[in-house]
Amino acid sequence: MLRLVVRRLLQLIPTLLGLSVLLFAWLNRLPGGPAAAILGEKATPADVAAIEEALGLDQPVWVQYLRFLQRLGRLDLGTSTMTGQPVWEEFTRAFPATVELGVSAMVIAVVVGVPLGYFAARRRGGWLDVTAVSGSLLGICIPVFFLAFILKALFAVQLGWFPSFGRQTTGIDATEITGFYVLDGLLTGEFDAAWDAVTHLVLPALALASIPLAIIVRMTRASVLEVLGEDYVRTAESKGLRKSTVRGRHVLRNALLPVVTAIGLLTGGLLSGAVLTESVFAFGGIGSFIKEAIDARDYPVLVGFIMFIALAYVVINLLVDLAYGLIDPRVRVH
Amino acid sequence: MSTKTDKIDRLAELTASTETATGGSLWVEAWRRLKQSKMAIIGAVVIGAFVILAVIGPWVAPYDPTAQLWRGEVFTNRNIFVGPRAENWFGLDHLARDEFSRLLVGARQTLLVGIVATLLGFTIGALVGGSAGAALTLGGKLGQRYDTVVMRVIDMMLALPSLLLAVTIAAVMGQSLTTVMVAVGVVQIPIFARLLRGAMLAQGGKDYVVAAQALGVRKRRVALGHVLPNSLSPVIVQATLSLATAIIEAAALSYLGLGNPDAAEPEWGVMLAQAQKYFDAAPMLAVYPALGIIITALGFTLLGEAMREALDPKLRS
Amino acid sequence: MPLLSVDELTITFAGRGQRDARAVDGVSFDVDQGQVVGLVGESGCGKSVTSLALMGLLPGRGVRLGGRAEFDGTDLLTLPAARMRDLRGTQLAMIFQDPLSSLNPVVPIGVQVTEILARHRGMRGEAARKEAAHLLDRVGIPDPTRRLKEYPHQLSGGMRQRALIAMAVACAPRLLIADEPTTALDVTIQAQILELLKELVDQEGTALLMITHDLGVVAGLCEQVNVLYAGKVVESAGRRALFDAPTHPYAHGLLGSIPRLDAPRGEALRPIRGSINDRIDWADGCAFAPRCDRYTMECLTGTPALTEPHTPGHQARCVNPVLPEGATSPQRTEATG
Repeated sequence: MLRLVVRRLLQLIPTLLGLSVLLFAWLNRLPGGPAAAILGEKATPADVAAIEEALGLDQPVWVQYLRFLQRLGRLDLGTSTMTGQPVWEEFTRAFPATVELGVSAMVIAVVVGVPLGYFAARRRGGWLDVTAVSGSLLGICIPVFFLAFILKALFAVQLGWFPSFGRQTTGIDATEITGFYVLDGLLTGEFDAAWDAVTHLVLPALALASIPLAIIVRMTRASVLEVLGEDYVRTAESKGLRKSTVRGRHVLRNALLPVVTAIGLLTGGLLSGAVLTESVFAFGGIGSFIKEAIDARDYPVLVGFIMFIALAYVVINLLVDLAYGLIDPRVRVH
Repeated sequence: MSTKTDKIDRLAELTASTETATGGSLWVEAWRRLKQSKMAIIGAVVIGAFVILAVIGPWVAPYDPTAQLWRGEVFTNRNIFVGPRAENWFGLDHLARDEFSRLLVGARQTLLVGIVATLLGFTIGALVGGSAGAALTLGGKLGQRYDTVVMRVIDMMLALPSLLLAVTIAAVMGQSLTTVMVAVGVVQIPIFARLLRGAMLAQGGKDYVVAAQALGVRKRRVALGHVLPNSLSPVIVQATLSLATAIIEAAALSYLGLGNPDAAEPEWGVMLAQAQKYFDAAPMLAVYPALGIIITALGFTLLGEAMREALDPKLRS
Repeated sequence: MPLLSVDELTITFAGRGQRDARAVDGVSFDVDQGQVVGLVGESGCGKSVTSLALMGLLPGRGVRLGGRAEFDGTDLLTLPAARMRDLRGTQLAMIFQDPLSSLNPVVPIGVQVTEILARHRGMRGEAARKEAAHLLDRVGIPDPTRRLKEYPHQLSGGMRQRALIAMAVACAPRLLIADEPTTALDVTIQAQILELLKELVDQEGTALLMITHDLGVVAGLCEQVNVLYAGKVVESAGRRALFDAPTHPYAHGLLGSIPRLDAPRGEALRPIRGSINDRIDWADGCAFAPRCDRYTMECLTGTPALTEPHTPGHQARCVNPVLPEGATSPQRTEATG
């Protein structure tokens, strides 16, 4: 197990190095070069000259690259031109919001998707199956931001069931501990604040869940169909086990293996989708921030956030791989 | 990262396992099954209609899609829009242009974005993945090393969420339609590369390849003459599905403000992105192009899925 | 009264858009208490489907069952699913062909054994584990306590089949159905597994329905043999009688196509020509006729009846049976061919 972790971590190194080269190249290609990018547009020529000297821009490119790596190591990616705050701080501020949103969307996708896929497979060709399959095909074809707009217009603006923007009602008395508002509300016993955060989460999480939900439904269905035809399910039946044992231990446990892998893969799509969903609901997470950074051409933020997101994505997938090793004994051994 | 990788590899393996030594009969059989599939027929009809629209759109459009012909009637700042009426079937857009004409003409650009992006991803991805697969099949230290280096780069590209990779590219290139096409296309490269390489590796282990080698057929001939053609089917399926994703991702890039800044030629993604601003006052302006995108994407998805099923050996009767 | 009495069993698969396929076309045979009965035939003859039908493991949709299969007085074919579920594992148990794919890859062997003990014998916890270890020990798996924690992929092929046998005999069933239990195994392991089955049957008095295409298995194990062809029993006899005097040309051909070390030097094997796909409908005549060297026009006048052409108790479904005195003469087959 430890070996697997170490090997996977070692495999990460070239990937991250390559990514850093790409981002370094990008930063250097920007108008005004990295100095302006780090200082922001309001930088005076004197400041630029000072930082260029400090950064050693007169030195060979590889030295510059090493310095860039050093700064990366210190999580120093300059300051946002929009807010004047260090990129790392902006990232840590926005991160909990996106995690909260992403986790909610994933929970919706799994909690709805797995049973739906399972029952669709059990009654293959029935109305539930047809609905689930066509619904999931439709789900991946609807642009996420459009779905977000529709949900917002319908349930927030028209019906007024949910708030239409933000993570929290402004002016609410809520204590912040972790930055995860729902969790904070529960921890401090401010249940009204927790509930308020939940209502803010519902619509964006639904919009964001659409694609992972569609994929999980289809995957679970295909996987269950495959497992139902396996010999070991027949063996389980031949032993006269209860239906619940056959379905739980023998069908679902095997059928969910590929779904677990898919969850890791879907986080990538989730982060993409978060950029779109958050900006529709002005959610104030990484996604909204990236959209604003694009509009404002805030390059330090873009470079930094993308680097951090790539890291987060890689780590999530590593965790999923490790989790997979725990539930599939065949992987554990190799 | 590697889970994504494994996933694509496994897909490649599965789909590649459809091939039998008698390659020809596979395609005949797949074609027969495709013709019977309702999904395939609906998908093909939708795609056909879309392509026809893209070709004839500019000729049948009642008005010039770029001309602001009813300038005195639309005031976005006062939320005054013009809905459907006799001379403008779908109403006017936010710049007082005929929405119907813009939708008709926009199909062409949308199709173009999808095709160019997919072609870009397909061509480069197939070249990269194919060469890596061939290098590995040919064997030798050099071949292995080449494969390792190339696939590392590919893995790196896969380590970024696709939209953010596209954003990175778009940010470097600046706003234009070309940017969108390139950005969306580049995102597809690693997928195609992995898929083709995976399929080739799966083919490489097949008995018929071993047999061909045992018979003394040259390695290069085996790789290019047998392995490559038999590995193409998952890639073709993916290309069909990619057309759908490309169109949707292009719309997303436009929404993020990285797309075509309202140039003369209308495009559904841009139209949708721009209409979002006026969503509360004139929701239909967003709904029309969105429906266009959804239906088209659905067409490509249905056809792609039907092709995948037709090529799946497990579903064969 | 026999323990299991199958009477005119028919199994029809509903064809999708095409005509229905009748996999089993009126099969009848008996299995007595503690008896070992063979069901022999080549792939596609309906033997595996028959066993699945007896176990109630065929899918409900798209399959039609006919006839009766009385087990201890109750008809298995019409038994409600819940009752069948209670019988499976306790009264009837089954062993399958491929031990690797027949075991759940992500559940430890121990759980796969104890779950059946929990379900049918109400055993849990330590008691169940002890009994499971005892069962594994009984089927000849060394170090059973350690094996309980292992997963199927960690066991050898023979070991896996032993584990499956342990599960099948966990509740001392009265009838054990073994569907090609040795086909997927190495030859040396095959013999061990057959030996084990024989031992279990002898000790427990369990009846065994052995489904196989391997006449070697039949010769070593079965007391009574039913030869199936295209979904019908074409010959039914005791083991000795069958091997001494195969009467249906198909059974005769099967025995003739086995390589034998004691055969005269230079004598060629005599394979049966064609394949099971070269057949006619039983309603029109003998399904084997297209592949038969002895067929005459009579073979094409309706289903031949099951008769006893030469010895009482030795049944064959043939109008031109191979009679014992000429059975081993190669000239005779040439003469008619």
